[in-house]
Amino acid sequence: MSVIAAPRLAGADTRPSIVRLTAVELRKMTDTRAGFWLLVTIGLGYVALAVIMLFAADPADLTFRSFFQMMMIPSGVLLPVLGILAATSEWTQRTALNTFALVPERSRVAVAKLLAAVALAAASVGVSLAVAAAGNVVGSALFDGAGTWNLGGAILPLSLLAQVINIVMGVAFGMLLMNSALAIVVYFMLPTVWGVLGEMVKALQTPAQWLDLGVTMQPLLEGSMPGQAWAKLATASAVWVLLPLAAGWTRLLKREVS
Amino acid sequence: MISVEHLTKRYGAHTAVDGVTFTCEPGTVTGFLGPNGAGKSTTMRMICGLTPPSGGSATVHGVPYRRLPNPGRQVGVLLDASAQHPGRTGREVLGLAAQTMGVDRQRVGELLDLVGLNATAAKRRVRAYSLGMRQRLGIALAMLGDPRVLILDEPANGLDPEGIFWMRGVLRDFADRGGTVLLSSHLLREVEAVADRLVVIGGGRVVAAGTKDELLAGSGVRVRGLEPDKLEWALTTAGVPVTRTADGAIVAQADAETVGRVASAAAAVLLELRPADDGGLEQLFLTLTAGQTVKEAVK
Repeated sequence: MSVIAAPRLAGADTRPSIVRLTAVELRKMTDTRAGFWLLVTIGLGYVALAVIMLFAADPADLTFRSFFQMMMIPSGVLLPVLGILAATSEWTQRTALNTFALVPERSRVAVAKLLAAVALAAASVGVSLAVAAAGNVVGSALFDGAGTWNLGGAILPLSLLAQVINIVMGVAFGMLLMNSALAIVVYFMLPTVWGVLGEMVKALQTPAQWLDLGVTMQPLLEGSMPGQAWAKLATASAVWVLLPLAAGWTRLLKREVS
Repeated sequence: MISVEHLTKRYGAHTAVDGVTFTCEPGTVTGFLGPNGAGKSTTMRMICGLTPPSGGSATVHGVPYRRLPNPGRQVGVLLDASAQHPGRTGREVLGLAAQTMGVDRQRVGELLDLVGLNATAAKRRVRAYSLGMRQRLGIALAMLGDPRVLILDEPANGLDPEGIFWMRGVLRDFADRGGTVLLSSHLLREVEAVADRLVVIGGGRVVAAGTKDELLAGSGVRVRGLEPDKLEWALTTAGVPVTRTADGAIVAQADAETVGRVASAAAAVLLELRPADDGGLEQLFLTLTAGQTVKEAVK
């Protein structure tokens, strides 16, 4: 019993800092099988896409920039799933009981989850750069690729922003729906359905340019934001990211944990 | 120290917890008893700030739980041992909590030792844990932050007899060193052996509360005679309220001396005369909560 009789440990009266909570949330996103394999899949996706490009793409297109742009696909699709699970698994696996017993201020947990999601997005862009660089080296050495290193313009920060928007949207959908399967389905289905409708229905074509997140995010991934691109992106993000986030936040604060 | 005042929780027209009031003092183990569905878990979740009460309040060391800066370091909570991510290892569950609370990582190993989860078990994912192992992990989690208060909901569920005996030792020791323990159960036997005080709840209301001795004092003595009818008649004539038990013994609401004198005067031969504590609490529990279980079960 000497274990419990040990002198009281320091820090009993200090709130856990938001940095510490963010580190905890990052750890929670990666320490389960689902989280771990999602990250491995994203990594393998980078490598697989790089290899496909080496064999399939026109040698003139084998540049650092085009490799990097290609890398945005796997993280763009799968990172949001990690974001969704970060929010929903608290409820589907019932870990909310522990989480909120240790941190009763639920807003701080939500902030930590969002910061962890942003950190993960940043890390994915970092790994993308590394794999793109490796692809470019191999491309120019063995596949007669152009091998230029100029990323050009603002593609790096804009791609990072795209990844952040995606994963934060995932967290928002997860926070709102509180159920993994439902949130994943809705996350992928709803924007797609809206996108298809926007193309098919004439009356929706103008609003779709402002409200289809896929369409409005395209310039980000292409590395330039001409004309109204920012206004359109902001509008679509408000609808698809901020709105569910606000609703999810409210629900998170109110829901009874059992 | 836990202080609960007029806690109430309503779900629509249904009142799950109805004006529950009690306190748990440092150095004591309080048993929170009641049939399933009596409102024990809801009360405990309200104490821990996980369920907003419809009325009333609860504090731990004078502070509402949600205002505690780092609650894991003040209050150890085990509300549901199965509420763990099945994909995490036991060690990882404790590691996450240790990181959150800011306690030394080395305590994780110490607590795993304390609750008897060995290195192999600690490395396995919670999915593979039996309920008993999850309870042990939950107790480790509750004690990880070196708290002064423990709030445990049905911690003995799924533990084997050895495990229950072990847990009693841990809780007794914790209270003897000045800790406050609130532990719920729907099984009397579990609580009877370790609790100093009892709070009995039925249908959302506190139906009895006090020290174990106080609550048992009213249960009288158990007496068995060679000629039960003669003995019963003698006691009744002497004005002692009696009830016959199923096995032919008599429970008399008087002290042993009175019963002995009555028997002696009536020349009734006694085969047994002792406090009716054996099963006394059970009787109390059954009486106090009679009908509640059925009502809850069909709800």
